[in-house]
Amino acid sequence: MIPQAVDYKRAGSVSEAISLLAENPDSKILAGGHSLIPAMKLRLNSPSLLIDIARIPELRYIEVRDGGVAIGAASTHHDIISNADVQSRYGVMIEAGELIGDTQVRNVGTLGGSIAHADPSADWPAALIALNASIKVEGPNGARELSASEFFLGFFYTALEEGEIVTEVVLPAPAAGSRSVYRKFMQPASRFAIVGCAASVTIDGGTITDATVAFTGVSADGAFLDEAVGAALVGKSASLETIEAAANAAAEGVELNEDHYASKTYRKHLAKVYAKRALVGACGL
Amino acid sequence: MGNGGLIIMSNKFIGKSVKRVEDKRFITGKGRYTDDINLPGMTHAYILRSPYAHARIKSIDTSAAAAMQGVVTIMTGDEVGHYGVPCGWQVNFKNGDIMKEPPHPLLVKDKVRHVGDAVAMVVAESREIAQDAAEAIVVDYEVLPAITDASKAVEAGAPLVHDDVPNNICFDWEIGNPKAEVDEAMASAAHVTTLEFVNQRVSPNAMEPRSYIGHYDGVYDKYTLYTSTQNPHLIRLLMCAFVLGLPEHKVRVVGPDVGGGFGSKIYHYTEEALVTLAAKKTGRPVKWTETRSEAFLTDAHGRDHVTKAEMGFDGDGKIVGLRIKTFANLGAYLSTFSTAVPTYLHGTLLQGLYTTPKIHLDMTCVFTNTTAVDAYRGAGRPEATYLLERLLDLSALEMGVNPTELRLKNFIPAFDGVTQPGYQTNVALQYDSGNYHGVLHRGLEMLGYEDFRKAQKEAAASGKLLGVGFSTYIEACGIAPSAVVGSLGARAGLYEVGQVRVQPTGKVSVFTGAHSHGQGHETTFAQVVADRLGIPMEDVDIIHGDSDTVAFGMGTYGSRSLAVGGSAIMKSLDKIIEKGAKIAAHKLECSPDDIEFVDGKFTVKGTDKSLGFGDIALTAYVPHVYPANLEPGLDFSSFYDPTNFTYPFGCHIAVVEVDKETGATKVKRFIAVDDVGNVINPMIVDGQIHGGLAQGIGQALLEGVEFDGNGQIINGSYMDYAMPRADDLPMFELDRQVTPCPHNPLGVKGAGEAGCIGSTPAVVNAVIDALWSAGHQVKDIRMPLTSERVWSAMQS
Repeated sequence: MIPQAVDYKRAGSVSEAISLLAENPDSKILAGGHSLIPAMKLRLNSPSLLIDIARIPELRYIEVRDGGVAIGAASTHHDIISNADVQSRYGVMIEAGELIGDTQVRNVGTLGGSIAHADPSADWPAALIALNASIKVEGPNGARELSASEFFLGFFYTALEEGEIVTEVVLPAPAAGSRSVYRKFMQPASRFAIVGCAASVTIDGGTITDATVAFTGVSADGAFLDEAVGAALVGKSASLETIEAAANAAAEGVELNEDHYASKTYRKHLAKVYAKRALVGACGL
Repeated sequence: MGNGGLIIMSNKFIGKSVKRVEDKRFITGKGRYTDDINLPGMTHAYILRSPYAHARIKSIDTSAAAAMQGVVTIMTGDEVGHYGVPCGWQVNFKNGDIMKEPPHPLLVKDKVRHVGDAVAMVVAESREIAQDAAEAIVVDYEVLPAITDASKAVEAGAPLVHDDVPNNICFDWEIGNPKAEVDEAMASAAHVTTLEFVNQRVSPNAMEPRSYIGHYDGVYDKYTLYTSTQNPHLIRLLMCAFVLGLPEHKVRVVGPDVGGGFGSKIYHYTEEALVTLAAKKTGRPVKWTETRSEAFLTDAHGRDHVTKAEMGFDGDGKIVGLRIKTFANLGAYLSTFSTAVPTYLHGTLLQGLYTTPKIHLDMTCVFTNTTAVDAYRGAGRPEATYLLERLLDLSALEMGVNPTELRLKNFIPAFDGVTQPGYQTNVALQYDSGNYHGVLHRGLEMLGYEDFRKAQKEAAASGKLLGVGFSTYIEACGIAPSAVVGSLGARAGLYEVGQVRVQPTGKVSVFTGAHSHGQGHETTFAQVVADRLGIPMEDVDIIHGDSDTVAFGMGTYGSRSLAVGGSAIMKSLDKIIEKGAKIAAHKLECSPDDIEFVDGKFTVKGTDKSLGFGDIALTAYVPHVYPANLEPGLDFSSFYDPTNFTYPFGCHIAVVEVDKETGATKVKRFIAVDDVGNVINPMIVDGQIHGGLAQGIGQALLEGVEFDGNGQIINGSYMDYAMPRADDLPMFELDRQVTPCPHNPLGVKGAGEAGCIGSTPAVVNAVIDALWSAGHQVKDIRMPLTSERVWSAMQS
């Protein structure tokens, strides 16, 4: 459990971090370190340089913007779940964030680090997809903004290009009558998601006008938007019957993940159960 | 003596929940564990381990590693492969042949036999350099097929772990009544319950990983081994006499603070001998501390039985017979007590609490390409309890009767072991004292059986599955006496040593061979001594864990410390008081027979003439006014060899809720009524029960080492191996019954393993009960009862 020797530099600004990254091709960005350091201790990852961005002030903030909330990438999980502006708008962020790791992890781990790592069982990706968040990245060629669905591409795989870092996540203003929830079936050892279901539903006069349902843990390709579930909800009345029919459409046609805690068959079954439970919550039933 | 009472004690400390004196250093981070010790000039070792479960070593090239800066030495099997660690318990085949005992070399040179088998050791100026160098060693392996399942390893054509052990069978063994008599009883039974199951392999997961420091002092020609161990003296004996051939008096073994063991630190491990050899070779101290990943691969695992068990009943529900076939997995090599666990610590407990007239166990102990298996909290008794208690609850379901009434009907009647004799089982042991109906009745009161059944029906109506499971267990602690265990194959005695040294000022140093690895000896033993001598606890220091300080010792395991180690201290206390009475009588001018010792005072009976304990201590060391023919000093050592095991027992009841849609199981209530004999410190006993319950429930629901087809452990980290956590457990509901042990001076039985022994089947039984209540008549779900396994069981 001893990493190989590694150099360490603390970046003072985003531009310095990007320059260091460009100058050192064998380097890794260090934020909270909760995914990277264990991998280094097991010598699964042995960068020659760590570029620490955790203390860059311009990356750690949470602010209301256009009715939504913008979150700096170096904000910790605890920063997010304890923020009143997030709490009042996005139930899914609170419910997902509270189930990440333990107190120590939530105090140090960061939103940007988690989404850049893109663990296929991580909680934030599903929440961001369900909220239709946008993710800002910056690199030697300037800044870009992607939707969460565009950002998460697969198994530990994102749209980040060589030399880019995540700088900000923007959660759009919630629509009137919307509610978002997260329901998670945990792997008993790691407590990562075997199935994590994030659902955001907007109801107008008893009718569902918008619904986004995203999963983590379910697919070997990471978090994804389950469009079939959303499609089965929109325009229907917010009833248990509607939900059950929609949930039954979940996780079809997906390359399912499997491990010794959950086979593909069981995972798919759980995805449907958790879609139902999330939608019951999101519809306030 | 021997009445199990505590009549001569002041009861100022005994029975009180005194806070643990050792906890101040532990909870403030000041405990001194082996890895905290740094010696001048110390080097660091890293062990290169096999990535394969079974492979021939074609060549090892250490040249690049040896040339790296900071590397002090590299050892391989060529240098030390002729040394090997021994097995401490000989078991013979049914036909009388001696068990197969292949060597377990310190470093392997021919073929590796499990993932993690040690191939080379690098000693370097730092851990980092040692690991970097180890990664530069080139080993050319020829990978061989591996076998991990004991029941399959015996089949023709299975890979051979040791080329000269046919069918991988270490030995076969049986216990109980003649097989033909059991077959006859089973044939006559009105109902036979058959259960095939796996008692899965678990990893011990002590909080402190194993850590050793070897030191050689050339000036005094003396070795010191610092080791995270449960029994320093036994390690010294084994390493000196059976491994390295070192003179025992020139070797000091120190076990500093030890952060848990659960059995896994009883054994003599190869790395202890390796650091000792390396220290002599390099002339510098050598430290080795395992990583958590190594702990999963190399700390001896527990359990791993594949069993078919049958229990027969007559028309009235009386048990008429019990027939068992088990394959026990020993792993690739014999660990120190591995052979005793499935045999004398398991087969001997198959009477349980029941009057079963005919019992037969057919046991086959098997080598596989896996980590060695040895005693893990309970060691054999949990496997016996699991088997019996699963059969009892399942039989009740199959026969449609109340599982508690079925037990009450079959329980051995109460006996105190004093006015009534002990109970002779059909499997060699004689129980000391017991009141089995009592603990079940109390457990049922706490549960409210009828209310539960009502709630179960109501819950079912609202879509919830509730279940209740019972386990009424017995276990055996303080394994002894030495002559008996010797006749059964133990290559050691199982007594304990207790020395009480009264200092001239009346302060007391107590030296015990029972070495704490978290149990709280420094508190419990001090309570006993302070109580007996009528002095403050602060005046008593409990010293353990150093072979240069403590005369001898057999260590801590099998819930033996208080029953055996505490009794040894009691014997020395008696000698102190007897001598003190002689000194007092001389000074008070009376006969020693007229002296009574109460509340720390030697008093002439019927008078107010007395001398305090401190006065007598000082007189013993300043013997100016002193009896003729009496030696000065007040310091006695005793060896206590018990006349029998002790037999704690109890009733554990689990209530679970199963999520019908997912199979997720939550333990809603856990009731434990344990009878561990007399209790010195109720808080410490409760703590031991709590920890044991957590591990037992952990085995039922969460824990289990899983291998893939190549013999790789697929869950060898805390990301994949689920340990029980506080939120996995309910608030425990504990109660106690006290049936004193009739044969030791404290009347104590042992509490360290009870929680782990009783709880596992209660939880599994509760899940099975929940499923039957919904019409899923499954007999077994493989442990751990993961959500998917429970859900799958409900799909049939």
